[in-house]
Amino acid sequence: MDLPFSTPAGPDARSAFEASVMRHLDAAYGLARWLARNEQDAEDVVQEAVLRAYRFFGGFRGGDARVWLLAIVRNTFYTLRAAAPAPSAHDAFDETLHGGEDGAPDPETLLARAADAERLRAALARLPAEYREVLVLREFEECSYKEIAAITQLKIGTVMSRLARARERLARCLLEPAAEASP
Amino acid sequence: MNCEEARVLLHAYLDDELDAAASLAMAQHLAGCAGCTQRYRGHARLQQALRDPALRVSAPAALRARLAARLPAPQPAARAARRWPALAAALAAALALTVTLATWQTLRPRAPAGDALVAEAVSGHVRALLAEHLLDVPSSDQHTVKPWFDGRLDYAPQVKDLVAEGFPLAGGRLDVLDGRRVAALVYRRHRHVINLYQWPAADGETGTRERDGYRVVQWNEDGMHYLAVSDAAAADLDAFVRAFRGASAAGAEPAR
Ligand SMILES: [Zn+2]
Repeated sequence: MDLPFSTPAGPDARSAFEASVMRHLDAAYGLARWLARNEQDAEDVVQEAVLRAYRFFGGFRGGDARVWLLAIVRNTFYTLRAAAPAPSAHDAFDETLHGGEDGAPDPETLLARAADAERLRAALARLPAEYREVLVLREFEECSYKEIAAITQLKIGTVMSRLARARERLARCLLEPAAEASP
Repeated sequence: MNCEEARVLLHAYLDDELDAAASLAMAQHLAGCAGCTQRYRGHARLQQALRDPALRVSAPAALRARLAARLPAPQPAARAARRWPALAAALAAALALTVTLATWQTLRPRAPAGDALVAEAVSGHVRALLAEHLLDVPSSDQHTVKPWFDGRLDYAPQVKDLVAEGFPLAGGRLDVLDGRRVAALVYRRHRHVINLYQWPAADGETGTRERDGYRVVQWNEDGMHYLAVSDAAAADLDAFVRAFRGASAAGAEPAR
């Protein structure tokens, strides 16, 4: 999976790339790690994404390098995960509200369950990728809705409703008995 | 606001992504609804738990080292790679939005002073269209749009009904130009959007310019500076400016 790359124009392309893009490597790996759900695949995704980013760096003229890199990481993940095309192309996952069946979870119970980082990690890992990515971008990377929209190519309204569903699903997962954690 | 709407909007509220009017509506709903308040508190707790540093991961040192070795040394010779041309095209298209936004941001500092404002206005116009945050107050009624700015600005913008001239009002929003909050009115011409910014200034630059495919018309009138931006045909934007300058305003008081 070596990607040949043309080098961006400019004599100091690599230093500029390191200064603006490589400093977001932790963010890139964080997104890849949560999307791929294992370290080896995450490293493959990031390596591929960084080489692609370098290849396209000639067309990047400033702005938010983190948003730019995260968009490439996401794209690379869905491209490499050949079995499943990017979600924006279809609606294979459940995007509907579950008519109140979760009611309003008791905040204290939720807090107690969520305080267990392992349990929270496992619940997050069980979510569909479409939910995981918006949650990771929002809660871990603290991206604005506008940034999430730019990274995921979703409309801002869709970002909002998807986050709502992602959080409701996560809350439901947390409140399930731990024994059912792994399907 | 009903509970079904609140159920989605409370997330934007939690993330501080609602405008002032929607935040207020949300706060009012929460104040009177125990179910939504419970839900809100649950999600606030969940968000708090997700901020736990234990859930964060850093890029492994081995990956950094591998990448450092794989990236070409400084001052590389240009090589064309066309093994995956289709993928390259798809990626380029996917990144076009980001790159476009980035272009505006790099244009701004380089522009000379007079151009800087125009560039910022064009940028604001494009951002509003891309981010779909075109309207804070969607209304074709000038008597709804004008009072909406009360208390949000320290001046009252001129809002005019131009539907007879072929420029229906779509609404208004608050924007920021040159570091100050300004009123932006949104009019439509067929499928094109016209953003009209205005703020108090007696001696703003006037005239017509083209910038990156957008036409910008600026004028001063009655102590107010106006800046119209659109990708509508040049003749349409000029007609819009004539119509706006000729029409009477909502709640207009006689000039003193
Ligand atoms: Zn309610």
